[in-house]
Parts: sequence; structure tokens; C-alpha cells
Amino acid sequence: MAELRLPVSEEAIRKLTVGDAVELTGRMITGRDAAHKWLVESFREKVAPYLKDTVIYQCGPVVRKNPDGSYDFVAAGPTTSIREEPYEADVMCRYGLRGVIGKGGMGPKTSEGLQRCGGVYFHAVGGAAQVLAHAVKRVERVFMLEEFGVPEAMWVIDVEKFPVMVTMDSHGGSLHTEVEAASREKLQELLGLEG
Amino acid sequence: MITQDRYAEVFLEMIRRAATQLPEDVVAAVRKGRDREEEGSLAQKALDTILMNVELGRKQSAPICQDTGTPVAWIHHPVGVSTRVIAKGLVDAVQEATKRQYLRPNAVHTLSGKNTGNGSGNGIPFLHFEEWDRPEVEARVILKGGGSENVGAQYKLPDNRLQAGRDLEGVRRVLLDAIVTAQGKGCAPGTLGVCIGGDRVSGYEETKRQLLRPLDDTNPIPELAELEERVLREGNELGIGPMGFGGKTTLLGVKIGALDRLPACYFVTISYMCWADRRAAVRLSAGGEETWLS
Repeated sequence: MAELRLPVSEEAIRKLTVGDAVELTGRMITGRDAAHKWLVESFREKVAPYLKDTVIYQCGPVVRKNPDGSYDFVAAGPTTSIREEPYEADVMCRYGLRGVIGKGGMGPKTSEGLQRCGGVYFHAVGGAAQVLAHAVKRVERVFMLEEFGVPEAMWVIDVEKFPVMVTMDSHGGSLHTEVEAASREKLQELLGLEG
Repeated sequence: MITQDRYAEVFLEMIRRAATQLPEDVVAAVRKGRDREEEGSLAQKALDTILMNVELGRKQSAPICQDTGTPVAWIHHPVGVSTRVIAKGLVDAVQEATKRQYLRPNAVHTLSGKNTGNGSGNGIPFLHFEEWDRPEVEARVILKGGGSENVGAQYKLPDNRLQAGRDLEGVRRVLLDAIVTAQGKGCAPGTLGVCIGGDRVSGYEETKRQLLRPLDDTNPIPELAELEERVLREGNELGIGPMGFGGKTTLLGVKIGALDRLPACYFVTISYMCWADRRAAVRLSAGGEETWLS
């Protein structure tokens, strides 16, 4: 499996295509519903450097607070991405993100953003919270914990060999569109309906 | 008499088991799917990751999935046992399980947007009580994840678009449509809990109850058994695959129940359960001794 280091350049990201299996190593940040809304409401300078040239992981983890005040990820799989469809392309282009990790794929607005600003959509295995938490080596810091709560806060994490698959690339490719079209065709056939 | 604390203690263990140990029948179904997939495909990689993940959860007593879901419990109790005491015991257990990270703080106050922080809230956990003739209390719980809950659906027949009438062929047609609509978004390979009939409330309730059934059981009603088998087979022919990556393993199971209905209504209701089909069950004797059920 190819390894990809974070932060990553636009050039390296544009080399990835649908179907690539990749292991990510380096710094990323989590963010889901509350975070995405907050990031587009205005430019958040404090968090911006943690988004530049890395990826946002759509994840609401289970987190343990240690006696010394540090944190560990106990369980950390991806959440459903499509809810961020109204926001993701804007977040990506505005903050210089190079990608998204989530599950279930995203829509045309995100695809357009990936092509225009140079990013990819990485699919992590939904529900694989243990495998993925084990790839999180350190929690560096957290933003908006008080305001958003544990699942919705933005956690800055260091990961090692974090396994993902490219299912949408910066050239307009989307595995999700392909699979959906093929399955709809098969459905028409099973139901004996006209396409 | 069993005290609230005793219920809380046993239910905590029930929740821990549900959150961290995938039932054997589910693991077996994932493994079977894995062996059917093409060597080296994304589908097989996804199922391998799932199997590895299940092992880790069990070994480390840590949640299989970070979305530890809504705890939905069905409790049978003998005559004269206080359901309020049982309910309080279960809420205590949910809060303690959240403290110990078996559960994520998963209840959000809808109006303020604030997480309650302790895993319980208005309507969470969700409980069903039923009195029975036995002397024991029996509790069964599922942890129902949110991503899969979002792809649940309720159809009303007839449905012109799908040419689905008010019969089992009509039911088959809407079920296949629901699988295609869900794609991989409910964390395929999933299990469908289905209710034919009922109203808009009882239908969904029955779909959840169907999810208590082990994947390898056979529906006692022959025509439903046949429909379950057919939809499972055809669902897997759709090619959606694990996570929607494409492949042969789109579903692990289909479980169908039927409730009576009003003449005017014919609902087909579907709950989609993700591959992390988490459930656990326990029986408590009148003296408070527990027996774990599969």
C-alpha cells in the first residue's frame, strides 16, 4: 500500500486516482457537522494553519482524558460525509485543505471543489473504529471542545499508516457515481422496469 | 427483589458486551462475504479491515464503532416488578458505560445543540416493556448507529414508480429500491429489519425488534422466510458491496415481520442496521442471578 505523508502538496494529491489504497502518516484534524458550519461562517484564523495542506477527518471519536490532562482516541471511525456536502468544497478551497476522509462519498459540489482546488476524497472503512484509533498515535490539541462536545470538537491528531481508499479524485472521478449507476441499472433489470 | 443498583450493574455489562463484541453469527456472515469477494479488491480489503477491527474491539474491550448508537432495549418482566426501577437501572448503566468509554456521549439536546455529556437524554435510551408469565426479567439491547438510521425508509403501497402493489412482490420491489437508495451509506454490508403493515409508529418499532433475530435463523412464516432469502440474494446481486466500493457483499441479512394494518394503509418500513450489528441479552432470575443469552 502506498504511503502518503501529511502535509502534502497539491501536485502529489493530483497524482492520486480512484481505486488507490493509501496509508496516511502525519498531522490531520477532525471536524464534522458543527465544525463545518462554523468554518464557513467566518474565517477561523486560529484553526486555519491546522487545515492548510492536510486533510480533515470527518469523525466523532470516543476520547479518553488521561490524569495528566492529555487525551487518547479510544474509537475513531469515519462519519457519513454527505451531510457536509453544502460546506466541504468551501472549507477546502478557503483553508487550503488537500483532502477529506469520511465514508459514503460526497456529491457534485465537493467533486467540483476537489478538481478546482486540488484535493481528494479518502474513504475510510465505516465502523472500523478500533483499527483507525490504533493509527492515531497522539492527540496534539483540541479546538471547540467546550462549545461542541467530544464528538463534534476539532481534534488535531498525529496518525501513522492510517488506511484509506481514494474514491473521488481531483480529475472528476468518483467510485460512488460508478457503483450507484451500475446498481440502478441492475435494479431496473431485477424489477423488469424501463431505465 | 432486584434493586436499581443490581440492574445497573448487569445492564452495564450487557452494554459493554454489545458495544465491544460483535455477535458470532454476524462475524460468520462477514467472513463468508469476505471469502466470496475478489482477491485484492477494495471490497475484500474493507471486509478484512472489519474483521481485524472486530478482533481489536473484543480484545481491548473497546467500542467496535465510535458511533455507539442509540441503546434500544426490550425488557420482559414478571407481574409486579416495577418497570420504573428497571428503567432507572438502565439509564444508570448507560451513564456509567459512557463514563468508561464503552459508549460515546451520544445524546444531543436538539434545541440547544448541546451534548448532554452522559449518554442519556430525553428519549435515550429507548425502552420497550412487556409483562410475561415467567419469573425472570429478560433484557435485550441493540446499539443502533446513526449513519445507518439515516438510510431507513418507509414506503406506502401501492407505489407507482416501482410498480409495487399491495402484496409480497410489491414488498420485494420496495426493499430492493431501499437497498439501492442506501448504497454504502449505512455502512454496508448491512442487515434489513423490515415490517410489513402496522402504522407509521408501530412499523418502525417492529423493524427494530426484527433486528434482535440472529442472522442464521429461519422465519417461522414460510412466505416471509422465502422473501427474506430472495431479497438477500438479489440485494447482493446489486453490486453495491462493502462500503459501496462495489462487490458481492451488500447485505448480511434480511429479517421481516408483519403487523396487521388498517384497510387504507399498507406500509413497508425498513431499518438498516450497519455491519456493526451490535446486540446483547441477559436474563435475571428472581434472585438477581444473571445468565447471558446469545
